[in-house]
Amino acid sequence: MNHIISVLVENKAGVLAKISGLFSRRGFNIDSLAVGTTEDKSISRITIVVQADQRGIEQVVKQLYKLINVLKIQELDPANIVERELVLIKVATDSKNRAEILEIVNIFRANIVDVAKKSLLIEITGTSTKVDALRELLDPYGILELTRTGKIASTRGSKKKI
Amino acid sequence: MSKITGAHMIIKCLKQEGVGVIFGYPGGKVIPLYDALYDSDIFHILVRHEQAAAHAADAYARATGKTGVCIATSGPGGTNLVTGIANAYMDSVPIVAFTGQVSTVEIGTDAFQEADITGITAPITKHNYLVKDIKDLPSIIKEAFYIASTGRPGPVLIDVPVDISTGLIDEKAEGEIDLPGYKPTYKGNQKQIKQAAKKIYESKKPVIFSGGGVISSGASEILTSFAEKAKIPVITSLLGMGSFPEHSPLALNMAGMHGTRYANTAFTQSDLIIAVGARFDDRVTGKVSGFAPEAEVIHIDIDPAEIGKIIKTAIPVVGNAKDVLTDLNKRYFEMDNAKSIDRKKEWVAHLMELKEKFPLMYDKKSPNLKPAYIVEKIYEHTEGKAIICTEVGQNQMWAAQFYKFTQPRTFISSGGLGTMGFGLPAAIGAKAGRPDKTVIDIAGDGSIQMVSQELATAVSNRLPIKIMLLNNGYLGMVRQWQELFFKKRYSHTCIRECVDFVKLAEAYGGVGLRVTDKKDVDSAIKEALETDNVVLVDFWIESEENVYPMVAPGAPISEMLEWEY
Ligand SMILES: Cc1ncc(C[n+]2csc(CCOP(=O)(O)OP(=O)(O)O)c2C)c(N)n1
Ligand SMILES: [Mg+2]
Repeated sequence: MNHIISVLVENKAGVLAKISGLFSRRGFNIDSLAVGTTEDKSISRITIVVQADQRGIEQVVKQLYKLINVLKIQELDPANIVERELVLIKVATDSKNRAEILEIVNIFRANIVDVAKKSLLIEITGTSTKVDALRELLDPYGILELTRTGKIASTRGSKKKI
Repeated sequence: MSKITGAHMIIKCLKQEGVGVIFGYPGGKVIPLYDALYDSDIFHILVRHEQAAAHAADAYARATGKTGVCIATSGPGGTNLVTGIANAYMDSVPIVAFTGQVSTVEIGTDAFQEADITGITAPITKHNYLVKDIKDLPSIIKEAFYIASTGRPGPVLIDVPVDISTGLIDEKAEGEIDLPGYKPTYKGNQKQIKQAAKKIYESKKPVIFSGGGVISSGASEILTSFAEKAKIPVITSLLGMGSFPEHSPLALNMAGMHGTRYANTAFTQSDLIIAVGARFDDRVTGKVSGFAPEAEVIHIDIDPAEIGKIIKTAIPVVGNAKDVLTDLNKRYFEMDNAKSIDRKKEWVAHLMELKEKFPLMYDKKSPNLKPAYIVEKIYEHTEGKAIICTEVGQNQMWAAQFYKFTQPRTFISSGGLGTMGFGLPAAIGAKAGRPDKTVIDIAGDGSIQMVSQELATAVSNRLPIKIMLLNNGYLGMVRQWQELFFKKRYSHTCIRECVDFVKLAEAYGGVGLRVTDKKDVDSAIKEALETDNVVLVDFWIESEENVYPMVAPGAPISEMLEWEY
């Protein structure tokens, strides 16, 4: 099962290596990992999507807590969060199908961020489901390159949970 | 404002931490540190291989309860420490390791003797640091000692680039601890403790499982008085040996692969396990699904990650063994102890009967030189008061089985990592920390050859340790597995008669004795103990003696191969 965990860490050298190392050492697979500083520059948030069963996820959280630079961890409840991912998709086009692709892009409220003779670069933000749906539709045209940021998430409501 | 070098600052901080002894080995990138050490009154023990420095620091910590310190140079110095650091990590021992590093501008360029030692040791340290700014040095050292020795103890490594140790820093600079993410829990949750007390009270077949955490937190005394007063039998893990006096009738000794029949049976039949500072290693549980099928578990541990990791837990209590047991003790005796003892009477009687019927055994009538006999004799001659270090293999198990441990911090052995070559440097470290004690390494002929150069360290530092070598001419424990599970195909386990260990001891300036006959055991041990020098006694034991009982790998601990009683 997929779990999203949000980890606040001290923004210090080597912290990311320690976190990713812990996952491989304990035998857990990371689906995606996104890092950036928070409102407080000395603190970074790492959002990790990990596959594990319930017992596994408990171990992950407990083991993460043991890392000295880890400040706080929250397993996010998918029902109670807004999750987003930003994806850049470079798709092959020619003069014949360009209009078709533009239409798909519009429906998805995605953006064209670069136009070249034989390709379009599309930017889309959204949930993974939305991104995957777009990707599926673009696949037949030939996806030349795909880059995703990995999932980030925030809890709903004004309460600062983490 | 007067300034000192980073190296001098390190020494100053070490003194502030109360460090009296350091184990280490110099090299290019730690010359400045060794230069500062030259003026200091800290006692430095020069080992002959950095692995030994880490092991010695580890055993120093286990023997004294203080944090052990070791030093190595960059590159190969640091990588040589790795086994020792991993060993301390697996057994939760507080050490602080300093390594030299190439200068900050050279890092990442594959400079001479550069190794990414913080990267290499990340999975085997509790925490590690690469010092990048000399201003951080005092704080890093302070934090390192704090992290190593608090919570669940463990090794911390500080990698010091050479321009940091030669750089200048204000002499008066003080470090401070700033660890917002590190808050170990000492006091247990009172509600859980109350529940635990009640559960123990109501149980009919409880057993206490005492691990290394009991010793490291100084909880042996409270655990012993609790068990004795409540009349609850105690099983120890390998690292828990000495946490409960083995001459007590309630002592069931060690459980697991080479545990006693009565301890393994107690686990299997119990209705409640009270685990304290123990982590249910696979050498203890055997096949997990067959482990203690009827028992509920109360698990007391300072590391929440240990609780529920292997065994399902009914009542978890996160906290320091000593604090939790003190509270538990108080709660428990608020209830009617006589009634509780009565409820457990049959169980205790049953275990006492098993203990009587299935003691640890060896062929006492045999004229041959039996390792168990030697260990019993060592126990007699030292009156159980020595610090016993071990190597790994059969020697380790015989030491654990046949020496009666009654005091914490007297059994020093590599548990989690099972590191051959631990015992000799461990004896050196223990002796350096406890010069008042007789320190013995119960050794194997294979293991000691991994570190025999350390005889030089012991002799030259006048640390008169005693090595009791149970020489079977084999990598005995592996041979035993080959005998039992690989049709006696002794592939690469025979190491007989290559080394004259008596001459080896003498070559290093120690004393070597050889015993080939049972009748000479007493006199040799006596002579070894009375000689004020490093002594190695080469006991030519029966070469194919096995360690029993034994649980086959992958089998449940209820199924034991053992002596025909
Ligand atoms: C560094 C290391 N290498 C290999 C092993 C695997 N191993 C475990 S016990 C053992 C044999 C030890 O032989 P010896 O020291 O003679 O002890 P004995 O079992 O004969 O008492 C070996 C090779 C180990 N534990 N540690
Ligand atoms: Mg041997």
